[in-house]
Parts: sequence; C-alpha cells; structure tokens
Amino acid sequence: MSGAAGGSTDGSRNKRHVLSVAVRDKPGVLVRIAGLFARRGFNIESLSVAQSERPGVSRTTFVVSGADDTIEQVEKQLQKLIDVLTVVNHTAGRSVDRELMLLKVAVRNPDERVEIRQIAQDFRARILDVARTALVFEVTGDERKMDAFIEQMRPFGIVELIRTGRIALERTAAG
Amino acid sequence: MTGSEVVMKLLERHGVEVIFGHPGGAIMPIYDALYDSPIKHVLVRHEQGGAHMADAYYRASGKVGVCFATSGPGATNLVTGLATAMMDSSAVVAITGNVASGLIGTDAFQEADVYGITGPVTKHNYLVKRVEELPQVLAEAFHIASTGRPGPVLVDVPKDVQLAKYDGPLDSEIDLPGYKPTIVGHAGQIRKAAEAVRAAKRPVMIVGGGGQVVPREVAELVERTGIPVITTLMGIGAYPPAAEESLGMPGMHGTVSANKAISHCDLILGAGLRFDDRVTGKISRFAPNATVVHIDIDPAEISKLVKAHVPVVGDLRDVLPRLTQELGPLDIGEWRETLAGWKATYPEKYTLDKPLVSQEILAMLREATAGECVVATEVGQHQMFAARMLPTTKARSFITSGGLGTMGFGLPAAIGAAIARKGETVVLVAGDGSLQMNIQELATLYKENLPVVIAILNNGVLGMVRQWQELFHAQRYSEIYLADSNPDFAKLAEAYGIEGHNIHDRETAKSAIRAAVAAKKPVLLNFFVYEAEKVFPMVPAGAGVDEMILGDQEPDAHRVPEPVAR
Repeated sequence: MSGAAGGSTDGSRNKRHVLSVAVRDKPGVLVRIAGLFARRGFNIESLSVAQSERPGVSRTTFVVSGADDTIEQVEKQLQKLIDVLTVVNHTAGRSVDRELMLLKVAVRNPDERVEIRQIAQDFRARILDVARTALVFEVTGDERKMDAFIEQMRPFGIVELIRTGRIALERTAAG
Repeated sequence: MTGSEVVMKLLERHGVEVIFGHPGGAIMPIYDALYDSPIKHVLVRHEQGGAHMADAYYRASGKVGVCFATSGPGATNLVTGLATAMMDSSAVVAITGNVASGLIGTDAFQEADVYGITGPVTKHNYLVKRVEELPQVLAEAFHIASTGRPGPVLVDVPKDVQLAKYDGPLDSEIDLPGYKPTIVGHAGQIRKAAEAVRAAKRPVMIVGGGGQVVPREVAELVERTGIPVITTLMGIGAYPPAAEESLGMPGMHGTVSANKAISHCDLILGAGLRFDDRVTGKISRFAPNATVVHIDIDPAEISKLVKAHVPVVGDLRDVLPRLTQELGPLDIGEWRETLAGWKATYPEKYTLDKPLVSQEILAMLREATAGECVVATEVGQHQMFAARMLPTTKARSFITSGGLGTMGFGLPAAIGAAIARKGETVVLVAGDGSLQMNIQELATLYKENLPVVIAILNNGVLGMVRQWQELFHAQRYSEIYLADSNPDFAKLAEAYGIEGHNIHDRETAKSAIRAAVAAKKPVLLNFFVYEAEKVFPMVPAGAGVDEMILGDQEPDAHRVPEPVAR
C-alpha cells in the first residue's frame, strides 16, 4: 500500500462538482465560505445563493472543479464552518440541476428577427423584452442547453448575457 | 446590569480565573466592570503578549484562556496570537471592544474590521449586535473553543453594547445546529484499526498535539502492545521521552531513529496529529511501505496530506482505550531490536569544542530541574535543540509554537504557563532574536513575580535562518547578524527589575542554572554560544525523511554498524 496521497491516478483528475451547501443566515457567512475557498486555493466556477424552504437557512450552490481528493477536502473544510449546516455533493445522476440565463441579442433586420425567434422557440426560450434593435430571452435548463443556445445566438451578435450558475437538489430515492 | 457587567458575570460563570489584557478606549466599559470583578487580570504590555499568554494558559492547564483587547490596533495586535492558537488547536476566547455600532463602517477612530480580519485565524468569531445576544454568544464561544478540535474564538463587542442595559437571564441555550464534533469513534473503524495494527510486523505510533489530553491512554496502549512511539513537536510529553519505546521527535529536525522508523515501518498508528510538512518531509517518500491508521477528531485532517487507509474520527479519550482493548502484545521483537539498534547508533551527540554549546545548556537545565518543569520555547534553532534535549516527561508541559512558528511566543507563553501551573518552575528556552519580539513582557513577568528561568541561547544571529543560508544559500548571510546591536540582556533584565546574568563559560553556567532554578522567581540567563551552531539531523525542505543530513549526528566510526531493517 502507498502511504502517499495525491499520487493516486484516480483521485487526481479534474472533474466538475456541484456542491449544495445549506448555511445559517448569519452576517458574514458568505465571506467565510469565499475566504475559505480563496485561502485554500479552491476555485469557484459559479455560485448562487438563495433562501431555502426553512426560515433562517439559505441554500448555496457551488460549481467547483478539482480532483476528487481536493473536492473531498473542500467538503470537509466547508463542514467545519460553524454556520454551515450540511454539504451535499451532487454526483452525476443523483440530482437535478438547472440554470437560468438572460440573453440580449442584436436584431438588425426583420429576417433575422424571424430566424432568432424560431431558434428561441426550439430552445423554449421566453421573450422578456422586445425592442427594434434587440430581444431579451430567458432560458432555463442544464449547462449544455445554455451553451448551445449561446452558440446559436452568437452569429447575430450577443449584446450581453448573464447566467445564474447552477442550482441543484437531490433526487428522491426510488421506493 | 450593563452589557459590560454581563460580560464579566458570564466569564465568572464559565469558571474564568484569569484574564490577560490591555485596556483602551473602546473596551473601557468592560474594564470598568472588571474593576469590581473577582477575576484576576494580568496587564500585558502588548496585546500579542496577552493572546500568547491565554493560549499558553490553555495548553498548560486545559482551561480556556481568555484575553482582552481594545478596538482597532488593540485587536489587530491579537491577530498573530490568534493565528498561533488556531494552528496549534488551542482554546482561547478573545474579547475585543469595538467602536459604537453607529460608528462601525465610518472609519471611526481606532476602528478596524476585526470581525473580517480575524475570521480566517479563528475557529469562529462573533460581532455582537445587541446586548441580549451576549449570554448566548459567550456560551457558544466557550463551547466552540473548548470542544471538538479546540481553537480560538473572538467576540467583538461594540461600545454601545457594553453600555446597554440588560435585565434578562444570564443562562442561555447554545444554538449551533451546524457544529457537532464527532467524539465517539466508529466501532467498525476501531476494529479495522486493531486488525491492521495486529497484522503489522513493523508498526510505529506517532502521537501529535492531540496526545496532550491522553498521556495515560497512550501509555496504556504502549504498555499493552509494546508498539514504539514517536512524539511530534506538539506531542512532546504525551509519552515519556526516556521510555524504551520512545523514539523521540520525527521530521525536519527529528531524531535519526524516528525518521528511520518512519521510512522502514509497515504501519503508522497516527493519533491526534495532522501530518504537517515539517513532520512528513516530501510526502511521496514518507512511510512508503506503511498502512496508515489515522485517528483524529477533525475529519478534515484525514487524508488531507497523507492518505489514511484506516481513518478513525473521534476523540482520543474515547478511541484509544477502545483500541487498546482490542489489542494484545504485538509480536514485533525483531523490529524493536532494530529500533533499539538505531537508538544506540544515533544518540544525541554534541562536542564541547567551544566555551559553551547550546545542547550542554539544555542538558544542564534538564539535570537542574530533574526534568520536572514546564518548558516554553521561542522559535528557531534553540526550539529544536530544546525539543530533542529537554522534552518534558509530563503532558501539557512543553509549550511551543509548532504550526505557525511564531517568534515572540515564548516569553508570554512562559508567563501564561507559570500562571496556569502555580508552584512549578517554567524554563523558557529562547534565542536572542525571538526573545526581542515580545521583550516588553519582561515587565509583566516582573510584576507577576513568577518562577520563570529565561535561558537565552545567544548566538548573536538569527540562527535557523543562518543555518539555511549556510547550507542552501551558498553562505550568503543576508540580514541575520544581531550581535553588533543586541542589548546587554543582563542589564536589560535588571532594568525591568529582574535578576540577569551574562554567561560565557561552563562553570558559571552550571552554578547559575542551579541558582536560578532554586530561586523561584524570574531570572534571566544569557548564555553566549557559538554563532555557527547547526541543528542536525536535518531533512532539507522538499526532501524525504530518509534523506537526512546527519551533520554532527553522524555516528562515530567505531560504533556498531547500523542494523539492517527487514
């Protein structure tokens, strides 16, 4: 057996992990979490925070990438924070996750407008704002759908966009 | 009652006997309440000293150390002390005053974001918004500091909260749903640990700072199994250093025997340690053939650096006795012989080729105290010499800054330890560099009149830096020379009202040490040692523990040849 960590091949490949962290609504709790990530050199790809079903408890969702053993360390360090209640790693297949995006695309002529609206329909994107020179869409879905929609809109000229980052919940076990 | 009186009453209720602190504008209401309180206050000369004293008070007694500081600069001066306590898992509750709530965020006089600044160096911290929160916050602060893996907690109290009227109850429930330290070890994991230990041919136990709470349990396990024991810098005293099974300290300046044992063992039973880089050296060369059993109360330490094959999360007070019960005498006679051979081949060595050498001072101190003293150290070469030459036989008695390596820790730590352990002599092993970093606490020492023997191993340089520069920086001695501007330490001590002696020779050293230990009051002994002294063995940074530079610890040619590990 090897006494060394970090040298293992299976634990050292970077993967993306979605961590759902329930925290108490206390002042500074996000600073503590962000500080922990920064201090220990963990990189956050996206982060969303919102109230949960329980009063006084917020649910934060982090997308972090790293080797399995790094992520395990992230989870343990998060768990050590006094105001962190639970940490769940949504491994593939056991959770549902969604992201929301708002995207403003340029419209230069009526033909483009028709084409854009057609693509948007295929993506089930909702129109939030209509102007002569631009349209604003709302899209929800998984990350691949977001990326695909962006690619489809890019030729028309994306004026600006914003993504919420993923939010996730554990599936209910069968039975 | 006012908020300040609530604070003092609650400290009393939590059994606080002594507070280390320094007043200032934003904490004056609390100091006003202190005026009528039965709790003893030690007036420090710098807040950092107060934090270190509180830290050492905990380490030496097991009782939470408490320190006070005012807002802004007072609180920022605590930061090094908090970080030191955090790294070495020491239970401290720090209470700071802050400017009035209405002024927070306005860059008021002596305002700093103490809550923000101290977050990363505390186990938890609080900014008290309303006086009603005080009972719960203080109850939680003591609970968090002293349970699970201990650590410092800071409570920041704005001045208006200190002055606010309160007539509610002082009792309070703690409400910490996110804080549930694992105390009881998992039975299945303990069984697996026992199986692994029984199967080992060449096992070794490594005890860290967590061992300070379980010296008896460690001794019982060793007595039952015969397993050899290594104690880390933080674990000194958790197992008697003179015992046959004891191999001393591992790591960068560890003993040859301990490092060889790690390199050749087939099992490590790690108890209450975190496999710090100064212990492991290069991780891939650390115990390459060992199954690692790791017992720790902090799950985040498991497999953080060294992969644990059998993790056991729990309090050593629970886990060790249960593990011992599942174990009997181990059939490791050959291994023990090998280790005994290494111990015989590589004893502590030093030559008396100079008028005074550091190791002989430590040997004299050990003789004069019969090993029955509390040892505090500063940080540097003298610290490593002390760890090897003056390890204590009792737990909670070797007080040193291991994790953060804080120069300036020693003098205040000696004071905190002396207050915690009334009647016992404290020997402070110091360097001429470190001691000056909190030299102002000589005033506190004088005032408290504690039996602290300060032994300065004065080599006139920043010795550890010099050693690295000699070995790894082509003898380019950059900014390490102190001798040309050091104070006359004996006169300096006298200026503070403390007996001081400058000592250059062996005979004077012996008699001065005997007299100082017998004096039962503060005495400073300034020993002039050779500037080019080096601590060996040494594992260079980034090297494996099997790649020690033996230096003057190289065995003599006529000694028995090194036995071969099987």
